Amino acid sequence: MARLGLPRDYQIERAPAPSRGSTALISLLSVFLALLFGGLLLALAGENPFVVYQAMLSGALGDWNGVAETLVKTTPLLLAGLGVAVAFRMQLWNIGAEGQLYWGAIFATGAALFIFPTAPAWILVPAMIAAALFGGGLWGLIPGVLRAWFGASEIITSLMLNYVAILFSEYLVHGPWRDPAAFGFPGTPPIPDAGWLPNWGTTRVHLGLLFGLVAALILWVMLRRTRWGYEISVMGENPRAALYAGMPTKRTILLVMALSGALAGLAGMSEVAGIGHQLQRNLSPGYGYAAIIVAWLGRLHPFGAVLVAFLLAALTVGGDRLQMSLGLPAAIAPMLQGTILFFLLGGDLLTRYRLSRRVPAALPDPLDRPHEAPQP
Amino acid sequence: MAIGYRLSAIGFSLSCRLAVLPSPMTLSPCPPTPPSPAIAMRGITKRFGQLIANDHIDFASPWGEVHALVGENGAGKSTLMSILAGLYRPDSGSIEIDGQPVRFRSPRDAIAQGIGMVYQHFMLVDPFTVAENVVLGERRKGVALELPRVERELRELSDRYDLGVDPRSRIWQLSVGEQQRVEILRLLYLGARILVFDEPTAVLTPQEAERLIGTLRGMAAQGFTVIFISHKLDEVLQVADRISILRRGKIVASTTPGETDRHTLARLMVGRELASFVERPAAEPHEAVVPGEPVLVLSNVGAIGEKGLPALRNVDLEVRAGETLGIAGVAGNGQTELAEIVTGLRRVTGGTIQIAGRDMTNRSAGQIARAGVAHVPEDRLATGLIGGMDLSANAILREYGTPPISNGPFIAGKATASFTDRLIANHDVKTPGRWAKLRTLSGGNQQKLLLARELEGAPRLIVAVHPTRGVDVGATEAIHHALRDQRARGAATLLISEDLDELLALSDRIAVLFEGRVMGILPARGADPEQIGLLMAGVAPDPSFAGQTAAHG
Repeated sequence: MARLGLPRDYQIERAPAPSRGSTALISLLSVFLALLFGGLLLALAGENPFVVYQAMLSGALGDWNGVAETLVKTTPLLLAGLGVAVAFRMQLWNIGAEGQLYWGAIFATGAALFIFPTAPAWILVPAMIAAALFGGGLWGLIPGVLRAWFGASEIITSLMLNYVAILFSEYLVHGPWRDPAAFGFPGTPPIPDAGWLPNWGTTRVHLGLLFGLVAALILWVMLRRTRWGYEISVMGENPRAALYAGMPTKRTILLVMALSGALAGLAGMSEVAGIGHQLQRNLSPGYGYAAIIVAWLGRLHPFGAVLVAFLLAALTVGGDRLQMSLGLPAAIAPMLQGTILFFLLGGDLLTRYRLSRRVPAALPDPLDRPHEAPQP
Repeated sequence: MAIGYRLSAIGFSLSCRLAVLPSPMTLSPCPPTPPSPAIAMRGITKRFGQLIANDHIDFASPWGEVHALVGENGAGKSTLMSILAGLYRPDSGSIEIDGQPVRFRSPRDAIAQGIGMVYQHFMLVDPFTVAENVVLGERRKGVALELPRVERELRELSDRYDLGVDPRSRIWQLSVGEQQRVEILRLLYLGARILVFDEPTAVLTPQEAERLIGTLRGMAAQGFTVIFISHKLDEVLQVADRISILRRGKIVASTTPGETDRHTLARLMVGRELASFVERPAAEPHEAVVPGEPVLVLSNVGAIGEKGLPALRNVDLEVRAGETLGIAGVAGNGQTELAEIVTGLRRVTGGTIQIAGRDMTNRSAGQIARAGVAHVPEDRLATGLIGGMDLSANAILREYGTPPISNGPFIAGKATASFTDRLIANHDVKTPGRWAKLRTLSGGNQQKLLLARELEGAPRLIVAVHPTRGVDVGATEAIHHALRDQRARGAATLLISEDLDELLALSDRIAVLFEGRVMGILPARGADPEQIGLLMAGVAPDPSFAGQTAAHG
């Protein structure tokens, strides 16, 4: 367990099975404190907190437009969040969803622009999906290989690879793939119409949302009902027991990292094919990092991820709308979002862990794992 | 200066207390034994959530007494002593030390009142000397400069209480028994007058245990109060002046060795009679083995341990069908590695391993398990079980890949449920149900489930490492029973244990490991514990013995 900057006699330890009641109470309390503290900040900034909260809520969920926009943001958060969750289940700390998302987008765009530029939709869309799964999966596989064979921490490698992926996509949109007709704007030419994901009515909500929901369902069945899901759980809970049972640990690390990356890659593809219709700069405002929050607050459960992705999307959309509806300074919304997340994560920490006085351990930690769990 | 510090640490009514209580500065003559008991704990209650670990316990001990605390796992012994040593604060109740009410907020407070605890796992820094380790505990500035003085004082203390510890030797050079005496020395230096030991002999060879018992008696004779927690009833009867028995958080009896015997103590501990536990193992008739085919054959095996040093050297062993080979040895002499190489968790660096006539050298754990090898690992929660998952998930760890549990890519829910329920029922695992998290079970029930899983499918070879460690006597009996049944059925068993009684009770032959070598193999029937102890300590066997070893080779 990582040491936080606590007084020397205190430590954070895993709480003994928290009761449902206390979990619910802590969750409610953390929401309340988040709103209270956020309200204080708003009051200091000279705003009426009630008006602002009301505006946020109605911005995100108050009309069909808001709901649609929330669902648009839910899509990449959900797909990348599922990818992160499946890796975290096995205690593979894949922090590289952002980079994997970018590679999914790059491969999907490349397939659409250069390999199947004239194909009909029923070929092009599956081809883009396959390319994205492959690209993201490959990018996830790299830290997996380094972990399985060389024991390299996937936290570091996957994080570092994010920068490579993002900067490589920058290179493409500024350089070889730049649209000559775009007057110097960084971005590829638009992908063929056949590659555009269908929208829901006139909204920006697109088929990618369905990808996410289907993926959640499949993952749920896989983790709960299959031998492979069982192996992942055992390896995550107790790697030594997996070794004892003769489970193929290395192979599973590779497969899980590839699956994790592939799901993030699909998020990248759905952003390209459903929203931007081209590869552009700042394709993702950090969906791959927010995906970690989605996975963690969702308790690494696929349906938990669906719920949290939606709430996080609502928070984002509601915050963004503040600028328009109330003319608040641009910095207020992210500050408020950060405050709310801080309390939610803090409350979540308290339901799983507790602060206790350090007692001289009579026994050394029997679990000698290659990595310690990062603090959520 | 140091003396002043220590005196003030001990507190009030200095001179008399010091006279009664042994300490290097006992200089002034004082009136004999004061009337106050050394320890008087009254109405101590401690809850952990729903569990009442200590339920209104009254516990007292006069100066100069060796007081043994016995009880099953989870009876509340360690909790009570942890409260005395300042680790836990009681929910209610009071403590008096030498007639003075005290309130501890930390172990530091307790040691200031003269109470010191020796844990099973020593808190010593390996590369440091004894004196440096002692100084580590002090927070004053400039102590490093006083090292020569500390060494001199430690040497005086060591001589006075016949501990035989050189303050300048480095911890890693010392045996486990010596390290334990360093812990005692440290507590004496810090002014402890009441010494609490948590299963002190569990880690010692018989000779070392003998010596420790002598030391404890000697210290009691000089006025110290010694409290020790133990499972070993013979030892308790031998060393204690008074024996208190805890059961489910209450003291159910307090007696003296003269008034009781093993049988009565065992009954008081568990509240019912136990067959195997009270019988002397040597007296138990073990029907003669009809040696079957060799099931496990190790030839000239070597392996490297966790620290990169050779852990096994030229090991030759053979276990036949229907035979139990016991492995004795002090912890860390290659037992762990032996179990690991046989079960595929560690590679050998030389030699061969044959299982049921097939070469299985350096095969994976899965391949070896499929060859019919059951494994009860050393640390069940770290290796053999998954604490955070439910009982079903733990039950199918071996079988999840084969029908009927496995169904295509899926795990069959119904088959899993009935399989788990069968294991639970057949081995009397006490649990709220198969959906319960494994971690919530007691150690004994965890072990019963593990054993049930491993014995499923009639294994040819059973590798059992410390199968009853940390398990209460009821479960111990059940586990021994199960292992005997397997032997009768014709399974070969490699039994690794630190409990000599257990080895003698279950084994046909006993091999002793020392520094990774087989020091000797002797028939368990009529084996002399003294001789096993000598082999465990690395003392070479006499010539007749060597012949026996070669013959078994």
